[in-house]
Formats: sequence, structure tokens, C-alpha cells
Amino acid sequence: MIEKLASLWPEITLFAAACVVMIAGLSKSAAVRRLCSPLAGLALVVAGLLAWHGTPEAATPLKHLPMYGKVLTCGMGLLMLLVLAGTVDRGYEAAVARGAKFDPLRSNRAEFYAFFLFSLTGVMLCAGADDLVWLFLALELTSLPTYVMVAISSRRDGALESAVKYFFLGALGAAIFLYGFALIYGGTGTTNLAEVREVFLSKGINGLAMAGLLLSIVGICFKIAAVPMHFYTPDVYQGASASMAAFLAFTPKAAGFFSLMILLAAVGWGQVGSQGLPSPIYEVLWIIAVLTMTVGNTLAIRQRSIKRILAYSSIAHSGYMLVGLIAGPGLVEMVAPAAGGVQNGGFAANGLAAVLFYLMAYGVMNLGAFSVLAMLERREPGATDEEAARELDDVDELRGLCLSRPPMAGWIMVLSAMSLLGFPPLLGFFAKLPLFTSGISAGQVSLVIILGLNSAIAAFYYLRLAAYPLLEAPDLTGKAGQVRPVGIPARTLAGVASAVGVIALAAYSLAPIAERGARFESPAVMAKPAPKPAAAESTRPATTAPTATTAATADAGAALAQ
Amino acid sequence: MLWTLILIPLVTAGLVPLVAKRSVWKLAMLGTLLSLAFTAYLLVGHAWFDPRHSEAGHLASTLEWSGLPGMGLKLSLGIDGVSLLLVSLTALLGPLCVAGSVSAITTRVRTYYGWLLVLQGAMTGVFLARDAVLFYIFFEFTLVPMFVLISLYGSTNRKHAAVKFFLYTFAGSVITLAGVVFVAYQNAKATGEWSFKLSELIAAGQAMPAAMQSWVFAALMLGFAIKVPLFPLHTWLPLAHTEAPTAGSVILAGVLLKLGTYGIFAIVLPMVPQAAVTHAPLMATLAIIGIVYGGLICWVQEDIKKLVAYSSVAHLGFCILGMFSFNAAGLQGSVLYMINHGLSTGALFLLIGMMYERYHTRDLKQIGGLARRMPVWATFMVFFSMASVGLPGLNGFVSEFLCVMGAFQAGDAWRVGGEVGGAGAGLGPWYAAVAGTGMIIAAIYMLSMVGRGVWGALREPPGHGHSHGHSHGQEAGHGGGQGGHSAGGHAAAGAGVGGGDVEPGHLPPDLTGREIGVLMPLAVLCLVLGVYPKPAMDMITPVVKQRVEQMESAQSRRGTPAVAGTVGADTEAAR
Repeated sequence: MIEKLASLWPEITLFAAACVVMIAGLSKSAAVRRLCSPLAGLALVVAGLLAWHGTPEAATPLKHLPMYGKVLTCGMGLLMLLVLAGTVDRGYEAAVARGAKFDPLRSNRAEFYAFFLFSLTGVMLCAGADDLVWLFLALELTSLPTYVMVAISSRRDGALESAVKYFFLGALGAAIFLYGFALIYGGTGTTNLAEVREVFLSKGINGLAMAGLLLSIVGICFKIAAVPMHFYTPDVYQGASASMAAFLAFTPKAAGFFSLMILLAAVGWGQVGSQGLPSPIYEVLWIIAVLTMTVGNTLAIRQRSIKRILAYSSIAHSGYMLVGLIAGPGLVEMVAPAAGGVQNGGFAANGLAAVLFYLMAYGVMNLGAFSVLAMLERREPGATDEEAARELDDVDELRGLCLSRPPMAGWIMVLSAMSLLGFPPLLGFFAKLPLFTSGISAGQVSLVIILGLNSAIAAFYYLRLAAYPLLEAPDLTGKAGQVRPVGIPARTLAGVASAVGVIALAAYSLAPIAERGARFESPAVMAKPAPKPAAAESTRPATTAPTATTAATADAGAALAQ
Repeated sequence: MLWTLILIPLVTAGLVPLVAKRSVWKLAMLGTLLSLAFTAYLLVGHAWFDPRHSEAGHLASTLEWSGLPGMGLKLSLGIDGVSLLLVSLTALLGPLCVAGSVSAITTRVRTYYGWLLVLQGAMTGVFLARDAVLFYIFFEFTLVPMFVLISLYGSTNRKHAAVKFFLYTFAGSVITLAGVVFVAYQNAKATGEWSFKLSELIAAGQAMPAAMQSWVFAALMLGFAIKVPLFPLHTWLPLAHTEAPTAGSVILAGVLLKLGTYGIFAIVLPMVPQAAVTHAPLMATLAIIGIVYGGLICWVQEDIKKLVAYSSVAHLGFCILGMFSFNAAGLQGSVLYMINHGLSTGALFLLIGMMYERYHTRDLKQIGGLARRMPVWATFMVFFSMASVGLPGLNGFVSEFLCVMGAFQAGDAWRVGGEVGGAGAGLGPWYAAVAGTGMIIAAIYMLSMVGRGVWGALREPPGHGHSHGHSHGQEAGHGGGQGGHSAGGHAAAGAGVGGGDVEPGHLPPDLTGREIGVLMPLAVLCLVLGVYPKPAMDMITPVVKQRVEQMESAQSRRGTPAVAGTVGADTEAAR
């Protein structure tokens, strides 16, 4: 437990920052209150740096996943923080500035930013989980704050409705995978994932554990918005504010995929040449992947609401990523036994690397699309009141955004939509290509064909999202109100950053890091009882050169534990 | 060096927003002329008939690129005789399209010329790419500019047409990508390293067992056959052609369709030769159905543009037929057909566009006998129709004859020892005979179109007068339906069918000097390629020879005796 603590510095940083933010947000001084989001950003930067230099944990097969997961969470967290700026308390702070008395009970700022950090802490903990109980708590730490955040993200009634819906269905999902975890415990007698894996490797998977695994997968499907637990997605996204929807589209999905990878790593992927996963799990995942892609894409076609389109697209993208998960790490047998017998297939053949890379790409390009909604508002004709402004929702409201002044929002939407479609040479294409290569390497040709056909179906609605701003004439009559910038520069910055990312990351991507994060330790190493961290270090000296920082953090962790 | 060819139009497109609206077309003209000059330099600067120069990978340039690790993606370009010819066609049509659009496009001109230039760059890139992923990137990227051109500047039903065009092509090419990735995986399994270099993939594809090749063949062909388009997958084409603006139609017919045939020639045939040989009869049958069916549909068309659009289905059928004969005659004819079809059909679309600018209708029921009104236009119309039909002495004849002859000789019974090159695709006289009826049908529909549209009594849309004083360029508007511009829409412009007086600033009844200047190069090339195709033949012969050898070795691997062919004999025969 104590050595575990040494790897938790990023989480501890975020947690501490969350506590500070929660107090600062209630301060009487507006200047201190305004510090909330810079503090959160600072914490994310520090946590990201700590994670980057952190020591890899030796006990899990996916040794480098925590590093990647935490760095990704921090990076995306910064982007999401920019989009979330001004989501809560904007009108209220303006009223306070005009002379109203500040009432901490009416202010939501403290909770909002603190919960934001808590939720990201949960994602990080997911990435580093090595125990079922830990995993459950981390997943819930990711989700519970989001229920509240949805509720306070918008002043409209829809937010409350969707928060309640989200909460109850989330609780159902949590109950399902908790039950699954319990059955896994019942079947193996341990909650430690490394031990679970040993039991599975030595004795096989008994019926109880298998039922538990299947239930866990189905339950986690709620987090990643996959069939059969996808129903909440469009309603919740539509009710929440656009900025919050951007947060929801990434955060629980990342946590869900990290959990699935950790869970599945305990089950299979060890044997070379087989499907990698035991057959019922493989079949269930296969069906879920196909249904998720197809349902998401076909239902999106008929939508008029942009948020609902993006919600269904979020479902479809989960389906795409499941293809990489099914493909697995693409282990290949090494001829030389000295190398440990088994090696990862490299980036092109490693489905887990494809998933991790896709997660990053999806986060960036999806954030771009949502940021367009967040940076614009529509005023009813003749209205001057703050409350009369509402977010864009109908695709018609995107008309001619590239022709309006400034044209930036429109172009961000065009780039994001084309990238989500997977159109070359944008980021989405380079993210989808590894899914193709790893899927085919794993022999999943039919799954890859289905993925391809689904991309084509998706063109129906992404094309609309791209063509309306680019090609349609703007509505100049002003009859239905006027679309104008909402006046929060941070959101524009986030949009621009993700649009730049869609182009620039395609040219020089972070894929090497994803590849590193997805490295799967060979079963030969895993079968050995509790390998010493030092020994594990020496096997891969190139990837994790222990620096002064890591040593320092380790020392500090030990000191803290004492 | 080859990158310059792609970058010239792209950089020019980048400059478009900085230029005043009035002179955007001049900038576009400058950019396209620069590309043309550069291509001309490539064309004359190398002895392309020399096999060493014409090999794939000549002038190759490869940039290392570390976007995705372990994926082996490289930005590699190369050029051979066939791709150079197609690049030349692209470069030639570029300035012509710009010149042909000056009076037609009056709204959102920056968008128009910008995307036109991007399209030019992307198309050039497809022909030059020597990396499968790079090829795919360019191949796909042609969709966006075309989508914009059709859906902004097309006619009434343009949005539907644009979406259909995009979805069809995108769906097909995603499956093609899957096929390419599969071959790349086979290559990676064999060599231990991922690579998308076309030459390596071709080697890996050839090494695959026959059954596997068939699947890859199906996947690859799906994307290319949609683009060509081959018979059952052609439904997007008439719509897109008809709705596109003139320059869009010209580029669609001239170059974009050739992306499909070029893909088959440069990727499918060498990569999965055994499967190509196995399925040649099926492909040839589909091509022949396309020839006959497309021709019969043309016969009953009242819309001239639609007629020419469907004629493309028939023409590209010949191209595919020749390609799947696998002998020197067929392949040479097929490659030449790509060029010739681009010239003659492109010119026909330009002519129809010029007429449409004057009459705002393309309905053969409303117009006719235009030779009386527009003698120069009529001359060109007849000339290019004849080129399209395949009148001996014009370019269409050479390639059509070679394609049919290739199919004829591709039958097992007709392979005379040592004389006829070819792998024996299992085609034969029957294929050639049925395809030959397509030539007759082509003559029927083209001549009846010319007979009604050019000759006979003068018919003009009711209410059409040359004095109509408004909105010539407005068909490119993006506000709403264009229905009002056809037929009855000009009633307000005053009666006076025989009006004849021309208001200053409007189009004269017959072609202007600019329009003649656009058509003239195409006409000259049609004539030259019809009378003296040797230079073009010499350029493609080394590549074709290489292809024939590949197909023959595939054939021999199937166990059927192969006959070594000589390419020169067929070249002689063609003349």
C-alpha cells in the first residue's frame, strides 16, 4: 500500500487542489473566487508533470497505462477547463459586481470546480487501479461529481431533468458492475486483479467469475455509452450545457475504457495466437461493438439537435474503440526465448494503443465540436436580458457560420466534424487507421469492414455538421433571433486549440506515448509471484529512466506514509 | 520536385482570400498555368519512351514522416508514363476550367476558385502518390472540393447530388482502405515491418493465395468501381454530372472518374493479378452491360447534359473492358481512353455549359437547330460529338478500337502463338461483339442529339431573346431553387425570338473569343491524338508492358499456359 502511494502524487495533487478550490470559491472577495479556475488549471499542470515522471507500477500487466491515463486526463482536463469557463455563476457574479450581496449558498462556483477536479481524480485512479474495490470506487468518484455538475451546469429545467435521469441510470450501471465485481470475487476469492489473473491463468475461469466479468463489462458500458447502456446519452447531453456535455463526452468514457482494459488484462490476452479473450467475453464484446457503432450512427442520422447528434456520435465512437479492445495488444511470439517469449505487436498491431490514441483524438476533436456550441449563443429578437440568450441546438442555427464575423466558430465546427468523420488528412483519420491495422492484425476483418461501413453511415450527419456552416447562407432576417459570440474568450481559445490540434496532431501525433501506455507485459513475467519493482525496472530501462524527480517523489511518498 | 506539382495549386488556393474578388480568376489562371508549364517541362524534359525513365518510381521523392510510429507511413511520390499523362490532362483542364467559369460564376468567387485549385492539387496528388495511405488521403480529399463545387454552384437538385456523390464514394473507398490495410498486414507479417509503400504492397499482394486475393480484389474494386463508375454502382454519376457547374462536370468527367480507372490500373491489377484474371469475365460483363445500358439510356434523354453524363458510363465501360483484357492492346487502349474521354467529354460539357449560359435550359424539346444561331458553337459541338462517338481520325477511335480489339484477342481461342500479348483473360469475340454494338448505339444517340440540337429548324425557349437584360451569372447563386431560370423564367425578359440585338456586357449569341480559346486546345489535341497517337503510346508502352508481364506471370501461376507477347506489334496494329 505504501509503495502504491508513491504513484499517487498526481491524484493527491488534484485532490488537495479540489479542497482548496472548494474553500476559495466561497470567499467573500470576488478576486479570490476568480482564482478557482486558475488554481484548477495549475493543479492539472502539476499533476500532469508528476504523472509524466512517475514510477510505473509493476503489479499490473498494463504497466504504463497509469502514466498515459493520467497525462491524458490532465491534458484533456486543461482543455475542458477552458470550455467550462463561465458555465456556472456567470449571471450571478455579474449581479454581485453590480452591487448585490454575495450569498455563498447561491454560488455554485466552488462545487463546480471542485467536482471537476474530483471527477478527473477518479479517472486517474481508474487508470492506476489494481484492485476491484479500488476500481469501483474510482469509477464512482468519476461519475458522482458529474451528476451534480450536470444539474448546476445550466439554469434551465432541462439540466435538472437530465441530472436526475443521469443519476438514476448511472446508479443502475454502477449496481450492475458492482454486482459483477462481487461475483468475480466469489469466483476467485480475491479482489486483487493481479491475483485474479493468476487464478484465471492457473485454474481457468469458472462460471461464477465469468458471469461476474460479463456483468462488469455490461455495467461499464454505461460509462462509455455503449449499447445496451446508451439510452441516457442524448437526453443528458441535451439537458446539460454544451460545455458540460463536452466534459461528459470524454471523462466517463476515458474512465470506462481504462477500467475495461484493466479488467480484460486480468482475463486474457496472454495467449499468443488465440483470440486473446475467452470466448463468451469475446462474443459479448463483439456484439456490443457492432451494435454500438451501428445504433449510434443510424440514430444520429435523423437528429436535428446538434447535441443529440454529437451524443449519438459519442456512442458510435465508443463502438469504434471497442474494436481496438477486441483486437487486443497483438502479442507476437518471439523466436528468441530470452526476450520473454512474447512481445507486443508495435503500434500498428496493438489494439490497445489504438484505443488509447483514439481516446485522445476523440477527446480533442469532440471538444472542438462542443466548444462551438459553447462559444455561441442565440438571442431572441428584441431581447436584451441575459436570460433570453440560449445555446445553439438546431443544426439550422449553424447555417453560414463560416461566413459570419468572426468565421472562426464555423471553421472549428467544419474541422471537428470532418475529423470526427475520420476524413483524411485530419486527426480522426490517423486515429482510425490504427484501429484498422490492429483489427486486421488480430484477424477481425469482418469487424473492420463493419467499422468502415459505419464510418460511411456517419458521413450522413457529419457532412451536415460540416456543410451547414461552410456552404449554407446565414439567416440574415434575424427573425429567429441572432447567433452571436457568448463573450467568453476561454471557450474560443479551447475551440481554437482543438481545431489546431486536429490538424497539428495529425502531422505529428502523440501516438508513441499511446503505444507506450498500451504495452502489455508478457504472461511469463506475470505468472511469477510478485516481481520486484527493481527487476521490472531493469527489463525496460529505456522507457522509464528513473529521474531525480521520481526518486524524490518516491522518497516523499515513503516519508508521508511513515 | 514532384511536390512542386501538387503544391503550386494548393499554395495558389491559399492566396485566394488575399486577392480582390474581381481578379480572383486571374490568380487561379496564373496558378493553373504555372502547373501546366511545370507539367509541360516534365513532359518534354524526359525521354518517356525510354523504359528506364518510365518505370514507376522515376523522379521519386520520399519524405520521411514520423506521424504514426511503427506504421511505416511515408510521403513518397513517383511518376511513370501513365501517371504523367493523367497529370498532364489534369493540368490542361485546370486553366480551361478557370477560363470557362469566368462568366458563369459571379457569387462567392473566392470559395469557388479556391476549392477548384485545391481539387487540382489533390487530383495531381493521387496520380503521383506512391504510398497507399498517401494515395488514399488524396483520393478522399478530392471529395471535399467537389462536394463544395456541386452543392454551392450546381443547379436545382445540387444538394442531393452532392451528398449522394460524397456518400457513394466515401463508402466505397473506406472498404478499399480496409483492403489495402489487409495487404499491408500480409506484408508486415512477411517482412516484420509495417509499410504502405505501393511497391511493397504490390509484392505482398502477389504473394497471397488466390482465395485471399479474391477478397482483396473485391474490397479494392468496390471503391474504384464506384468512382469509375462500373454498371450497378453508377447511379451517383448522372445526378452529380447534371447538377454540377460546368467546370465541375468537366473535372468530374475529365479527371475524377479516371482516379478510379487509374486505381485499377496502378493498384488493383498488379496487386492481385490472379484474382483479376479470375474475375475478368465478370468485370468485362459488367463493363459491357454499362456500355449497352448506358448507351440505351442516352438514347432517350431529353436533357443534353444528362445524355453526356450517361455516355460517360458507356465510355468508361470500354475503358474497363480494355483494362480487363490484360493484353497490350487492351491496356494501351484503356489508358488512352482515360485521356481521350477526358478531352472529348470535357469539351462537350464545356459546350453545354456555354449553351446553358445563353438559354438557361438544356432540354432538347426546347432548343434545336442552334447551328443557325451559333455556327461556331455548332461546329465545335459536331466535332467533339464525332470525337466522342469514335470517328476514325479523331482520338476516340484509336482507344475504342484498341479496347475492343483487346477484348477480342483476350479469348483463349484467338491467341496465336507469339503474336498476341495477353494473359488470356477469358474474354473473346463475343465480348468484343456485344461491346461493338455499344459503338453503334453511341453513334445513334450522339447523332440524334446533334441532329436535334444542332441541325433542323431553329427552336429556342419561349420568351428567349438575346436582349434579356438580367442575371446571366445568377445560376450560381446559393439562395434557392434554380427552377425559375429554365424555360418560362425569362418570359419577363421580353419576347422577340429573332431579336438578335446584343446588349453590351452580355454574352453574344455565338461563342466569344475566350470561349473559342478554351475549346481550341482540346480540339487540336483530339485531332492530334487521333491522327498521330505515337508520342502518347510511347509514353505508356513501357508501363503497359510491365503490367502485361505481371498479368502473364499471374496467369502462369494459375496453371494455364501463357504466351509471351510483344507490345510493339499491337502498337503498330493500332495505327
